[in-house]
Amino acid sequence: MPQLATSNLTYQATGRSIINGIDWSLEKQEIVTITGPSGSGKSTFVRLLASLLEPTSGTITFDDQDIETLDPIAYRRRVSYAVQQPTLFGKTVRENLAFPYQLRKKPFDEQHAVKALQTVDLGASDLDREITSLSGGEKQRVALLRNVMFVPEVLIMDEVTTGLDSDSKGSVHKMIDYFNDRHQLSVIMITHDEEELKHAHNLYRLADGKLAEVDQHE
Amino acid sequence: MNNLIVSNTALGLTGVFVGLALWIGYREKLGIAKDLIIATFCCVIQLFVVGYVLKYVFRVDSWLLTLLLILVIIFNGAYNAKGRSNDLKNSFPISLLAIATSTLVILLVLVFAGAVKFIPSQIIPLTGMIVSNSMVAMGLCFRTMNSMFTDRRSQILEMLALGASPMTASKGIIRDAIKTGLQPTIDTAKTVGLVALPGMMSGMIFAGADPVLAIKYQIMVTFMLLGITSISSMIGCYLGYQSFYNQRQQLIK
Ligand SMILES: Nc1ncnc2c1ncn2[C@@H]1O[C@H](COP(=O)(O)OP(=O)(O)O)[C@@H](O)[C@H]1O
Ligand SMILES: [Mg+2]
Repeated sequence: MPQLATSNLTYQATGRSIINGIDWSLEKQEIVTITGPSGSGKSTFVRLLASLLEPTSGTITFDDQDIETLDPIAYRRRVSYAVQQPTLFGKTVRENLAFPYQLRKKPFDEQHAVKALQTVDLGASDLDREITSLSGGEKQRVALLRNVMFVPEVLIMDEVTTGLDSDSKGSVHKMIDYFNDRHQLSVIMITHDEEELKHAHNLYRLADGKLAEVDQHE
Repeated sequence: MNNLIVSNTALGLTGVFVGLALWIGYREKLGIAKDLIIATFCCVIQLFVVGYVLKYVFRVDSWLLTLLLILVIIFNGAYNAKGRSNDLKNSFPISLLAIATSTLVILLVLVFAGAVKFIPSQIIPLTGMIVSNSMVAMGLCFRTMNSMFTDRRSQILEMLALGASPMTASKGIIRDAIKTGLQPTIDTAKTVGLVALPGMMSGMIFAGADPVLAIKYQIMVTFMLLGITSISSMIGCYLGYQSFYNQRQQLIK
């Protein structure tokens, strides 16, 4: 049984089909990469998966349940979407890592936060840094940690490595591997990056509203 | 109050000022002649109608008629606030509820505190003041929310993606919109009496009342307006933000 699946998924905006009848599935603990031209609808597709957009037709199932029947807020904590150009909240790194705790009305666990920072090659000394003092790569890593403070079942990363230096990219990949290995996290990663595409195991290309598997030995 | 004497001739003569505005508009090619003439006629006709209606209502002095007029004023206010909302979904029922609730709360407090009597000549002008301020506040709240939900769309999406409720994701916008709704009343309260004497106070002084009595009423009105704009802004924003989400707690528009 796939963990996440779409059936005839379609999304239209202003009379045009951006996503046009996609049948696709993701297995638990799988890491897939999606690529495709800019404006081809990659973000639209994953926002549908994250229940941030309403499909025009078709269904999405999570653990065999139609996501329309699930509470959207609880679902988004299980299938977590990391945006392309995140904005950090408040003033410090701590506030950002505390946000997921606040949402769940739980006390902030500092030790856990430090451990999380270490998965992306940051550390305890970064916890109280002001967000204005972070580099682009550090900001992106902190933003991404907000998605995994409480480990979701699926993590969707929408071009989060675009424009990052190779060290930051490396840290992000290390973090993904860590959670994939330890917590059976499934990952959907959108990217244009040559290097990332070369290392992708399950690669799909989105074009003309359709998602097609790419044969990597061509 | 016998020092109020506006003869019809004197009134007619002040019409010269409209002529002056028309002449300036023509000379400077402002293209406002039509608007000006319409505005002049609207002003005269509306005020005459209101004047005669009020005269009738004050003479009849029936609580039922007073109540009816209060409802008409509230309804008009809500309709106007809707007009200022840039097509925000449900803006009419939201403003109606916000304006009606705040008006009733304030009127009840004032009447029970004995600050005013439930007689048409006191209640109706007060209701007019309350509703028009509430209406302006609502319009500001709606417009602020509209532009902020556009500007901060991606930040809101980000919070929703992390599993925040629409309410949590909209907190910052709600706060800023309420603040914007309150701002004019706060600004006015800060300069009240320094630059312009407010309408009600001027009216009382004009009519020959003791200025100290007039300021007492003005203080009451200022407090009342702060109350009214905060109550209606709060109701308007907490109901209004929901118009930006659908049943599935997704951003729309
Ligand atoms: N709400 C919307 N209304 C109309 N068009 C939209 C909307 N959202 C996205 N689009 C259009 O859909 C297409 C796909 O966008 P997107 O999913 O962001 O592509 P990608 O992420 O692959 O670059 C683009 O042409 C974009 O202009
Ligand atoms: Mg995109």
